Amino acid sequence: MAATSMAQALNAALRDALSENERVLVFGEDVGQLGGVFRITDGLTAQFGEQRCFDTPLAEAGIVGYAVGLAMGGFLPVVEMQFDAFAYPAFEQIASHVAKIRNRTRGALSIPMVIRVPYAGGIGGVEHHCDSSEVYYVATPGLKVVTPATPADAYTLLRAAIDDPDPVVFMEPKKLYWSKEDTELRYDSEPLGRAAIRRSGKDATLIAYGPSVPVAMQAAKVAAEDGLDLEVVDLRSLVPFDDETVTASVRRTGRCVVVQEAQGFAGFGAEVAARVQERCFHSLSAPVIRVGGFDIPYPPPMLEHSHLPGVDRVLDAVDRLQFSDEPDGRYLTGVRA
Amino acid sequence: MSSPERWTQPQPAGTPAATAARPTSEQVIAGLRATSEGGPELVQLLTPEGERVHHPEFDVDFSDEELRGLYRDMVLVRRADREANALQRQGQLGLWVPLLGQEAAQIGAGRALRPEDMAFPGYREHGVAWCRGISPKDIMGMWRGTDHGSWDPVERRFHLYTIVIGNQCLNATGYAMGQRFEGKVGDDNGEATMVFFGDGATSQGDVHEAFVWASVYDAPLVFFCQNNQWAISEPTERQTRLPLYQRARGYGFPGIRVDGNDVLASLAVSRWALEECRHGNGPVLIEAFTYRMDAHTTSDDATRYRHSDELEAWKLKDPIERVRVHLSRNGIADHDWFDAVQAEADELAAELREHVYNLPDPPTERMFDHVYAEANPVLAAQRDEFLSYMSTFAGGEH
Ligand SMILES: Cc1ncc(C[n+]2csc(CCOP(=O)(O)OP(=O)(O)O)c2C)c(N)n1
Ligand SMILES: [Mg+2]
Repeated sequence: MAATSMAQALNAALRDALSENERVLVFGEDVGQLGGVFRITDGLTAQFGEQRCFDTPLAEAGIVGYAVGLAMGGFLPVVEMQFDAFAYPAFEQIASHVAKIRNRTRGALSIPMVIRVPYAGGIGGVEHHCDSSEVYYVATPGLKVVTPATPADAYTLLRAAIDDPDPVVFMEPKKLYWSKEDTELRYDSEPLGRAAIRRSGKDATLIAYGPSVPVAMQAAKVAAEDGLDLEVVDLRSLVPFDDETVTASVRRTGRCVVVQEAQGFAGFGAEVAARVQERCFHSLSAPVIRVGGFDIPYPPPMLEHSHLPGVDRVLDAVDRLQFSDEPDGRYLTGVRA
Repeated sequence: MSSPERWTQPQPAGTPAATAARPTSEQVIAGLRATSEGGPELVQLLTPEGERVHHPEFDVDFSDEELRGLYRDMVLVRRADREANALQRQGQLGLWVPLLGQEAAQIGAGRALRPEDMAFPGYREHGVAWCRGISPKDIMGMWRGTDHGSWDPVERRFHLYTIVIGNQCLNATGYAMGQRFEGKVGDDNGEATMVFFGDGATSQGDVHEAFVWASVYDAPLVFFCQNNQWAISEPTERQTRLPLYQRARGYGFPGIRVDGNDVLASLAVSRWALEECRHGNGPVLIEAFTYRMDAHTTSDDATRYRHSDELEAWKLKDPIERVRVHLSRNGIADHDWFDAVQAEADELAAELREHVYNLPDPPTERMFDHVYAEANPVLAAQRDEFLSYMSTFAGGEH
């Protein structure tokens, strides 16, 4: 087996989809000759021609808006937003049109398309290049939202996203583009919507997705040295959400920490925590704790390591899962004695 | 109705673009790529060979001192740019966005601005920043990663760099509308605003909306588009069929294409455009026809998408060299003077390097500041909790 990076896996997924389905079109800024600023579309124009993989004028609202029209005409657009924050100009198209056409036409029309968004931080990017923007998409009914954490998943999930009858926002954790794994790239048409247990454990469940999965794995490794056996759930698909896997895991372990890079307030982790307590209340031995970015605009690169939840902060949260009977002092914040 | 094929099929040679209903892409490319001229409309006052030529509308007499000043500006900003590029290569900066090749466009425009005018840059406007009194040092934090920009935009009359392509055009239009609403427009003492953006940006809806608003509100705004022929890997013909300055006509205001490698032309046309705005005749679009001599940023590899012969052709039109030739040929500056400017540039570079080496890392708590005017209790608690958590680690942070 060869070591494959996430970038290579995504490239292979696009290549295979373009080969297998002539309705697939790949377009965006700099995706042609350059192969994309992250080289995810490297070589696609050379192999499939300008008609199948092409550079567009610099206008994101346009990229998504044209994709809607092309999809209505039977094409299957897979578009690239160059960076997370540069998808915001397209948000009106995404929220008002992409997400709603099936519903507005009472199912007469579907516009399958994939909007690829490199997202999140950890690469020392200047401002607007590091946003964890998933919460805007997950809060928009009609969109599926998927994010891989491994090269193998990147391949399978992107293929599944392209095959999916609904529009999918495909969020690529850019700090993991160069992460490698010995894997055979396989696509077995697994529908979107299944979480994966990355590590089994019995003492607590760490729930993570995208860029926070390796952090959770590392935390579990460190905790193991201290005799704590942590389970790690990689959500993979934020919408639809895999309640079954998550609920089963937390019921088994009785404790849960949700890890996300995005700002914590009203972030996706809040949804996860709410669902867990609704379904696992009687199994829980401690409140569900969220670990995330702070509720601040993404800071300059020199401060991002403090902003992003790292292994230490995850372990600190695990410590607070009431393995002893000490009350958690931090929850006394705001309570007047 | 013509089929899509028709647009892209070559027309028989010799069909004039102006009379064809739609120019072919070949004609467009030929037009845009005829870069040694930039087309008959190109305003030029100093040829690449350093020869002073005259223009019926946009001629200005420059004093010797002014000419030397423009040369010095360009040499200094280029030197700072090269130093910053090197600092990035040495790991001292996270990223650098080179201005190499665009010195004349920027210094011309920047020197046309008066202190009370306002300017809205993109992210490559280090030359304009220089003219606004913002030293290269002040720009380093953003690229080293210690801040998002270090100056007060209103006090310095120079907004923070805007990375999101085209957005600043809307903000600049609003600012210029405000200048008009406040009656700061109408005579020689009027105020004006200038906004800087690239060829790629002209495709953004925001830029078109700005054209519309600025025109219907007669905003005192100069749209200064540096057409450096590339938007990362995309050549200008991916953004437009017709020369960009001609777009202005469709919005009802004048558009002028200036030789962006000619600092005199850039200054003269910018001054004229700002005058128009001061007197209430704005907006104006200026397309500075120039070339991005380096990669898009230090993260970019331009050899993947453009030919070196294009670069070589543009080297002959270097914005600094032509002024140098003009100055020395006409006895406006001598050897010693050039040496002194070079020495000053080297000193600036050394200071810049020293400054970057000594830029302090920002304190962690700073990231919690200035999110709201007054403390948000949830955020304040988050900060306090985090700081006390950090203090439990030996040696403070990490
Ligand atoms: C809204 C938005 N989309 C994409 C980008 C990524 N991006 C940064 S610079 C650039 C090209 C800009 O080209 P141009 O306007 O010609 O300016 P230049 O860089 O040549 O000065 C792109 C696509 C961005 N910064 N903002
Ligand atoms: Mg450009």
